[in-house]
Amino acid sequence: MSCNIEISGLTKRFGQNTVLNNIDLCLKPGERVAIIGPSGTGKSTLLRCLNFLDAPDEGRITLGDLKVDAARASKADILALRRRTGFVFQNYALFANKSARQNIMEGLTTVRGWPAAKATDRANQILTRIGLADRGDSFPSALSGGQQQRVGIGRAMALDADLMLFDEPTSALDPEWVGEVLDLIRAIADGRQTMLIVTHEMQFAREIADRVVFMEGGRIVEQGPPDQIFGNARDERTRAFLRRVG
Amino acid sequence: MNALDIAYMWDLVPVIAGYIPLTLFMALVSMVLALILSAMLAIVRVLKLPVIDRGVAIFISFFRGTPLLVQLFLFYYGLPQLFSFMTNINGVTAAIIGLTLHFSAYMAESIRGAILGVDRSQWEAAASIGMTQGQLLRRIILPQAARTAAPTLMNYFIDMIKGTSLAFTLGVTEMMGAAQKEAAGSFLYLEAFLVVALFYWGIVEILSVGQRRMEQYLGKAVAR
Ligand SMILES: Nc1ncnc2c1ncn2[C@@H]1O[C@H](COP(=O)(O)OP(=O)(O)O)[C@@H](O)[C@H]1O
Ligand SMILES: [Mg+2]
Repeated sequence: MSCNIEISGLTKRFGQNTVLNNIDLCLKPGERVAIIGPSGTGKSTLLRCLNFLDAPDEGRITLGDLKVDAARASKADILALRRRTGFVFQNYALFANKSARQNIMEGLTTVRGWPAAKATDRANQILTRIGLADRGDSFPSALSGGQQQRVGIGRAMALDADLMLFDEPTSALDPEWVGEVLDLIRAIADGRQTMLIVTHEMQFAREIADRVVFMEGGRIVEQGPPDQIFGNARDERTRAFLRRVG
Repeated sequence: MNALDIAYMWDLVPVIAGYIPLTLFMALVSMVLALILSAMLAIVRVLKLPVIDRGVAIFISFFRGTPLLVQLFLFYYGLPQLFSFMTNINGVTAAIIGLTLHFSAYMAESIRGAILGVDRSQWEAAASIGMTQGQLLRRIILPQAARTAAPTLMNYFIDMIKGTSLAFTLGVTEMMGAAQKEAAGSFLYLEAFLVVALFYWGIVEILSVGQRRMEQYLGKAVAR
């Protein structure tokens, strides 16, 4: 199957510092791609550029029929791209002034213009899916880290995005909550939802991903099926990284 | 020294009380207008909108840098000289305009501070689901900033109530104006101004109780 999500020549600089250097990546529908690599390598920046939280300097992003030229992206392009990509933040970033249910509904009512009743139904389904059916009225400050991150995932799920972006979704969590969040991501990774997951949980990456991408210094060094990357990496930099973290 | 004429003071109570509605009316209308205006000014400053930002900075600087009384005189006596349609401006309207502009300059700065205090991640999360700048400000950022700014804004409301007393210099008979008139007739200045002072004090005390309640409520509601 061919890619329906294509990133080509994506480049991002912060001042003199080229953080993303000509990134090409292609995702097939439903594909689960894990991105690994040392910190400071541009993994978060890559996801943020795909959502235009950081504006890329060059390159093209294609999501099905939506084609965005980074250098010439209009406001409408950016909104369209954001509405079709869900982002799960490392620090959850739930709306502090909204309940769990409202966090999930916000994208449906405010952004998509759904009537409240329809959005509430959908939010309740998602709350059940993320195992928080009884916590819909709780505010983020009353939820554990694991629960907050599940709501964060629920908020992104509500968008019915073409692509879900996870930026180290478990690395801010106390160890006791990591398992439940990984379990939820496993449950969503059903082969229909296309996902790009930055993670330092190597075991998780190996088990969930169809493909693993190793990044270093703002470039993609090597990519391939998990068994190949973890068992038989071609590039010495990949092997060195895996020795360090493994 | 004569003792206070307590009987006279009692007689004044209903007279002055009759002007409480006008005082509160001016303060409330000015407050509502100032809230709207100051939120807009604060947003212009936070987003650093080109050109207008400069203008807003000058506006804020001017209205914080000059006395309220001078501003009121400018509006009431000065502007009609420039704009003939303003010749018929009445004192209440001029006072409301003056109080609104003066206090919105101060309130804009507190709201701006409160907006900047909202965590960056809240902006990003709202943007990430595709909200426009207007939507994310209205639905996510301003409600959170309002909680932070509320106690300070309440202080400005109290200042505003006291500020309405200056309307008497524009010929408005509000609480202060009424006391002034009574005193001019009876020559019992101390009694008249004492009664009006006690009225202001009472109103402010009642509001302060409300303010404390509000702070307790806000403190409990969203502890982050
Ligand atoms: N807003 C920014 N301004 C300047 N430099 C940044 C900014 N965000 C990230 N960087 C730099 O970009 C590089 C890549 O960062 P990041 O994408 O967060 O790496 P990773 O997620 O792989 O750890 C780092 O050197 C970081 O310092
Ligand atoms: Mg990162």
